[in-house]
Amino acid sequence: MSIGHTLLGLLESGPRHGYDLKRAFDERFGHDRPLHYGQVYSTMSRLLKNGLVEVDGIEAGGGPERKRYAITDAGITDVAQWLAQPEKPEPYLQSTLYTKVVLALLTGRNAADLLDTQRAEHLRLMRELTQRKRGGDLADQLICDHALFHLEADLRWLELTAARLDQLGKAVRA
Amino acid sequence: MSSRSQTPRTAGVADTADVRATDTPYPASTADTAGTSGASGASRAAGASASAGAGPGGGRPRGLRSPFDLAGWTRDLGLGARFAVTGGRQGWTRTLLTAVGVGLGVALLLLAAAVPSILDNRRDRSQDRSVVGWNEEMKPGPATFLRASGDTEWRGQEIVGSLLRAEGSRPPAPPGVSAMPRPGEMMVSPALRDLLRRDDSSVLRERFADFRVVGTVADEGLLGPAELVYLAGSDRLTEKNAQRADHFGSDGEGEPMSAVLILLAVMVCVVLLMPVAVFVGTAVRFGGEQRDRRLAALRLVGADLRMTHRIAAGESLVGALLGLAVGCAMFLIGRQFIGSVTVWDINVFPSDAAPHPALAALIAVAVPACAVLVTLLALRGITIEPLGVVRGGTPRRRRLWWRLALPALGFGLLLPMIGDVSYDADSDLNTYQVAAGAVLVLVGVTALLPWLVEGFVNRFRGGPLSWQLAIRRLQLSSGTAARTVSGVTVAVAGAVAIQMLFAGVQDDFEKDTGRDAGDPRIGFSRGVTDSADAAGTITAIRETPGARDVVARVRASIGKAGVTDRNTENAPVEELFIADCTSLRTYYDIGACEDGDVFRSGLSPSSFAKPGAAVDITPPGYGDAPKEHLWTVPATARTVAPRADAPADVVRGIVATPSAVPIDDLTDPWLLIDLDTDPAVRDSLDQVRNTAMRIDPSAAVLAYADVERNERYADIQTGLFVGATVTLLLIGASMVVTQLEQLRDRRRLLSVLVAFGTRRTTLAYSILWQTAIPVAIGLALSLAGGAALGVVLLKMVDRSVQDWSALVPMVGIGAGVIALVTLVSLPPLWRMMRPDGLRTE
Amino acid sequence: MTPAGSLLVASALRKSYGPTPALDGADFSIHPAEVVAVMGPSGSGKSTLLHCLAGIVQPDSGTVRYDGRELSSLPDRERSALRRGEFGFVFQFGQLVPELTCLENVALPLRLSGTGRKAAEARAAEWLERLEVDTVRAKRPGEVSGGQGQRVAVARSLVTRPRVLFADEPTGALDSLNGERVMQLLTDAARDTRAAVVLVTHEARVAAYSDREVVVRDGKARDMAGAA
Repeated sequence: MSIGHTLLGLLESGPRHGYDLKRAFDERFGHDRPLHYGQVYSTMSRLLKNGLVEVDGIEAGGGPERKRYAITDAGITDVAQWLAQPEKPEPYLQSTLYTKVVLALLTGRNAADLLDTQRAEHLRLMRELTQRKRGGDLADQLICDHALFHLEADLRWLELTAARLDQLGKAVRA
Repeated sequence: MSSRSQTPRTAGVADTADVRATDTPYPASTADTAGTSGASGASRAAGASASAGAGPGGGRPRGLRSPFDLAGWTRDLGLGARFAVTGGRQGWTRTLLTAVGVGLGVALLLLAAAVPSILDNRRDRSQDRSVVGWNEEMKPGPATFLRASGDTEWRGQEIVGSLLRAEGSRPPAPPGVSAMPRPGEMMVSPALRDLLRRDDSSVLRERFADFRVVGTVADEGLLGPAELVYLAGSDRLTEKNAQRADHFGSDGEGEPMSAVLILLAVMVCVVLLMPVAVFVGTAVRFGGEQRDRRLAALRLVGADLRMTHRIAAGESLVGALLGLAVGCAMFLIGRQFIGSVTVWDINVFPSDAAPHPALAALIAVAVPACAVLVTLLALRGITIEPLGVVRGGTPRRRRLWWRLALPALGFGLLLPMIGDVSYDADSDLNTYQVAAGAVLVLVGVTALLPWLVEGFVNRFRGGPLSWQLAIRRLQLSSGTAARTVSGVTVAVAGAVAIQMLFAGVQDDFEKDTGRDAGDPRIGFSRGVTDSADAAGTITAIRETPGARDVVARVRASIGKAGVTDRNTENAPVEELFIADCTSLRTYYDIGACEDGDVFRSGLSPSSFAKPGAAVDITPPGYGDAPKEHLWTVPATARTVAPRADAPADVVRGIVATPSAVPIDDLTDPWLLIDLDTDPAVRDSLDQVRNTAMRIDPSAAVLAYADVERNERYADIQTGLFVGATVTLLLIGASMVVTQLEQLRDRRRLLSVLVAFGTRRTTLAYSILWQTAIPVAIGLALSLAGGAALGVVLLKMVDRSVQDWSALVPMVGIGAGVIALVTLVSLPPLWRMMRPDGLRTE
Repeated sequence: MTPAGSLLVASALRKSYGPTPALDGADFSIHPAEVVAVMGPSGSGKSTLLHCLAGIVQPDSGTVRYDGRELSSLPDRERSALRRGEFGFVFQFGQLVPELTCLENVALPLRLSGTGRKAAEARAAEWLERLEVDTVRAKRPGEVSGGQGQRVAVARSLVTRPRVLFADEPTGALDSLNGERVMQLLTDAARDTRAAVVLVTHEARVAAYSDREVVVRDGKARDMAGAA
């Protein structure tokens, strides 16, 4: 999961302090693994260096924690690209995909497209595996089947999420 | 082939992937609904039984049950009853169909049970209104009256008439009226009253012109509501042309029925009631497959086999009880119309058609009991498992021996009676033996059917696709097909047998009239007082519009001269015929003839009436003839030969022209007139009757119309035809029900076949074959069985087969039923051959 | 979305059962010898799309063109003839005629098209062999396992060498191993005969046997080749 893209996405709705960003992240995505402050600041400084965010202002009193960040146009493009790019299908992908879907919903992008794209990618891989399985020996078949069953589980999750997008959108925006 | 049917076939609620994938003959949606409704009902059942303390699941509690568990019985029967009425639209349809089917049977049974009371009531009223007389001792008194029959006919309908003349001041009132009609008065039955009022009855009104209608004959004086009856007062009755009596009613036993008639009656009962029994049996099984699936669902939640049987029994019990109610209603409603129906001249008051209480009670008990029995028997061959219905693991091979034994036994009972049955009233006929024999033959023919159908379809291979589909279907369930058709077999076999019997016996009746086709069609006869009376009558008849070829003769007896004992009845007599030359020529090859001539015909050489001999024209033993009145046969009397077509009674005797004999001196001269009528003159026969009525109301006019006889036979034929048609229609209806049920079960399969591009005609033909094959086999079998039975029955009355044409209409009806079932099945087939059945979502 | 060389093309299909639309402007196309999976949630209209494509159901509006012919303008007789001769069908269950033996079931489409019994059954036997269910030829559908029955159904769908094979949840009632085997046999046989396969399924592993997938959602079909 890309924390940078996630934080960038969170910034799309408006400039925030580093502390706000951590809280927003934890609320939506960090159910079991909250971000460290250090992670936030190192990520923000990397983004700042790459020109994806800019410092919108500094609160009086100084100190790094009072910096307010805003997303740049380059940053917005970067988020859009990230969201449109299907993830390489692999086990335990859900957290990344979930983040992407929520961000897409938050930023008013088409989450259904995102899911469809991902699903097509999954199926492409499944097709390859099926092809390999048909040509291969029993060991190949078993290995491919293992992967196929996992991919199928992901795909089911994708379908389920797609079916519940409206519901999720409401929850996220609430 | 047999190996294929070895393995149990599973179908139904089975929910394992394997079974469902292979053979679930109905779409998932119906399966689901059936499953859920069954399951919910079943869980209720389980709950109920659990609370009753007898867990349906475990084997132990079951083992502890007493063999007859009343609570269990009532609970399960009640549950079944609930299914019968709460099974949704389909359940209701099924129950209703059963009810209607059973109801039709019950109505027929009730009608049959009413036959004894119908006959009794008719006989009672017939006896009440009859007059026993001919008592020469009876002297005129205050209560005596004279009575003569005034029976006549109107356009082929019989009119029962009585001419009455009171001799005293206190004559008894005939049944149905308050007082005896006075001369010139007439009481008529409502039917005759209506007939007289009709515009086209003017000729009939003319006949009764001498009488004034003063009242109506009430029901007590009638045999049936449509009977045409009149009671007329006439002062022209004398001791000579009427009989004296002092009361109405006879209490004597009627003439016992002849054995032939009893045989006919027994056969009619057997033939009518057997298909009813079969039909009731079929009706109870309507929708059986669906029921079996529901029972399987109940098994799934823990009902044991005995419970399912009782639940099934409860279900059919409800259908049968409803059927009983429907049948009673049908009977009561139908009875209101019975008065307007006349069959074989028999017409019945609705109130007469009261089923015998014992028989009615028997029906009320036996029909539901049979329903339950049939259901339990039907369940015997299958095992209802939780996952579906398993039809007998290894299908029982149909055995031939007992199927052949039944008809063999039946014929065995009938054959010894060959030649035993005659028209003599006292010939004793073992009715039970006849009935049992006939029933066994008919049942045996029916029992042979499944075996034949099975053998037939199993031997078949090849043929077009539709044929193959039908044959394969029949192979899987030839029992169902045969069962449905068995009613056809019984009905047709019975109808054929009885029709052959009627045809054979009917021929006797026609011969009994002793008339050939060339004979005059109408005979009129009456006693005349003198030659003027005779001449007047002849003239009146001649002048009747439409009368032609009028030939008349007066008949009397002559005795040997010189018999001194005036009271003997054993003195030799000969016949004397008196007719004019024209009439004589129609009877004899007479040569020259003029008034005053006398001839002899057919007399033996030893006869006393030789030419030139004196004979007594008032012989002893004939009426009031205290002394001899001699007349001489002229010596010139030639012997003439009667013509081949002369009436049998003119063959032998002295033949005289009118002026040769003193007619006025003869004892009881009897005038006979033969005539024809002009078919071009409307109601000519009734015009003749009018003339006869005017001359003498008690005179008989007989129409020896062959046609009429044939019409009566035609009535019987029509009756049987109608009966057979109705039976076959009923059976057709049950076939349609089975067919539709089968189609509904196969809705999904039909959709799949449509997807494959199957032509409608292919499926339509397969349905046609599916009906046609069993019906055709059934018909062939029943024609053979019926013909065999018919031949045996005819042999019993010592007749041979007259008419094989009885078989033809049956084939026609059979074909009609096949066509009907197929046609009725087609619209639902079209409807179900839509892709909707493919939708599983 | 109607590339040249398409065998079967549908555009803007609409079909309603009662007030709810099953298809609401769906497009679809398939090439010869192509295997296209039609996926989508229950009630999305997958089966309706298949029924319209096969000419079993007439769409309310929109067109289905097969091999240059407009299906909806053909009379029922000709559409039936087309289904007999050029299409094949496999369904989830309940498709075999219970009275007929497996061999006769497979021979059925040939016989519907007028082939004699002997010839039809000879070809049917070949196909039973090919689908590895030669042993059940004399059995009735009720006497064989689900996997065997489904293979019989596949044999039946291919016996006429159809140009398009419509398979509606062909493995829906089978366990994975049987399902996989049926799919392998089905797609192999289809490829050998260059039949296009319209494969309606909700299982991704089954859809993975396709060349391409189309997702039907809310009555609209989406080609996933374009989405990737």
